[in-house]
Amino acid sequence: MRPQTLAEKILSRHAGRPVWAGELCVVEVDHVMVVDSIAPSVLEVLQDLRAEPRYPDRVSFVIDHAAPAVNESVAAAQRQARTYAREHGCLLFEVGRGICHQVLIEEGIVQPGKLILGSDSHSTTYGAVGAFGTGMGATDIALAAAAGRTWLKVPASLKVVLRGELGPGVGAKDLALEMIGRLGADGATYMSIEIDAGDRFSRGERMTLANLCVEAGAKAGLVLPGGEVARDYAVPEWLRPDPGAQYRATLEIDLAELSPRMSVPHQVDQVREVAGLRGRKVDQVFLGSCTNGRLEDLHAAAQVLRGRRVNPGTRLLVIPASSLVLEAAAEDGTLLTLLQAGAVLGTPGCGPCMGRHQGVLAPGEVCVSTSNRNFLGRMGSAEAEIYLASPAVAAACAVAGQIALPEDLEAVHG
Amino acid sequence: MARVWKFPDAINTDDILPGKYAPFMVGDDFHRYAFHHLRPEFAEQVRPGDILAGGRNWGLGSSREYAPQALKRLGVAAIVAVSFARIHYRNLLNLGLPALDEPEIAASLRDGDQVTLDLEAGTLQRGEEIFHFHPVPEFLREALKEGSILAYYRRYQKFPGEA
Ligand code: SF4
Repeated sequence: MRPQTLAEKILSRHAGRPVWAGELCVVEVDHVMVVDSIAPSVLEVLQDLRAEPRYPDRVSFVIDHAAPAVNESVAAAQRQARTYAREHGCLLFEVGRGICHQVLIEEGIVQPGKLILGSDSHSTTYGAVGAFGTGMGATDIALAAAAGRTWLKVPASLKVVLRGELGPGVGAKDLALEMIGRLGADGATYMSIEIDAGDRFSRGERMTLANLCVEAGAKAGLVLPGGEVARDYAVPEWLRPDPGAQYRATLEIDLAELSPRMSVPHQVDQVREVAGLRGRKVDQVFLGSCTNGRLEDLHAAAQVLRGRRVNPGTRLLVIPASSLVLEAAAEDGTLLTLLQAGAVLGTPGCGPCMGRHQGVLAPGEVCVSTSNRNFLGRMGSAEAEIYLASPAVAAACAVAGQIALPEDLEAVHG
Repeated sequence: MARVWKFPDAINTDDILPGKYAPFMVGDDFHRYAFHHLRPEFAEQVRPGDILAGGRNWGLGSSREYAPQALKRLGVAAIVAVSFARIHYRNLLNLGLPALDEPEIAASLRDGDQVTLDLEAGTLQRGEEIFHFHPVPEFLREALKEGSILAYYRRYQKFPGEA
């Protein structure tokens, strides 16, 4: 049989026959995730089809995009999702449980080799544990819930090969931004990005990498199971690319050459070295999102903030990605460190990531965010600016009140 | 004969239908605002059967489905582009609006060209010139016969090609 990429392998399993890039196929879907804001459209299509979810326990509703409800129409949409989930026996993750992608992984719904569809473009995140995750629109999501299947074109794959090791102060977010910068916003359109990271990176760091793959237009972002993921998950034997599998392109990144990176306004693929951006005044820092709102991200920020104060001219918003992250941060003292430094805490969920609540930006304001999109107007005013960075850099910016690196603080405060 | 409407690279869903003209903002007439900023004359002048030609990454941005819906309502027969943004591409096919990723044909089409499209035969004729599309996969041909993938599923409770 012709050798296969990881995406081809997973999709073959779900199609019930071997498939290769370019083929259209109908595939079994292991789980369908619906977020609060898309739920009304999904339910409308289900009604139009006069269909119910075929496997209700393989459908999740997550209330996370503006939770607790920010106004009446959001409240009504959330109630609709909640009622539907209860009446039909679907899974429901309530206000404060956390961001959809984080919750599905924490709950163990996402497993290596599975196929997961989400009504949210960052569903590529599931690739962190070797699952094929992809985002779709409301009609597709409704069809998949009704049928338990969907149609797909098997994507060509783009291989990312990593060499060397990261230096101090450089992390998965910097690598992810570098990757998007090199590929460009449509550099991987229709493709599956397959990242061979060896045994490097925790599950959380792998989530950061897989999450950002969609910013290069990718259909899926798969990190080959290794290290922590290979240890903590049951990885099926077949779940690895065959030698000789066909890749559309290969991107090589030398980790040793990386330095802290930022995406500058207003495109994710506009990636610069943080060092060259120093001094830009910062009004708000947002530490959170499905990209970087996990315990290890809070740790990285706390390490920079310990014994320091957030600059009086800057707000630091911390929104843990989930209730479990929040609990763990409360338990190990991280939360206290952040609060003592002057951070403001929000309900676990999406926070201000897409400008609906909890930290919307005014005209002229500058925000450094650990999230994944800096599009014009994404977090509020179209005259605001968003810079995307790692948690450590974001924390340094909060203390300095301007764009800065953690080592700049050492120089100032000894 | 159909007219070709040519658009540049990176047309996003806000260009196709600005968010402020979403159905819940302006009611059922939303299709009248298609390309409202980019080509204000479009919605008035487009005729059923006309064809849109686009560049790279047609339909990037939001996954909103009322953008392709507006074009469908205006009777657009097909969109030929160098490439499509993925979620938008699916939305088009689910709604039954043929999306043809044909870089060479898209590039050679000009605004105002008069053409004849034959989806069955896979051809587009401009004067003496005949362009051939890559064959539309059986799966999509079957679905488009019913109008759309959604319509196909509604009728048969399965996807094309399934037993
Ligand atoms: S945190 Fe942001 S990117 Fe992630 S799911 Fe929520 S809104 Fe989308």
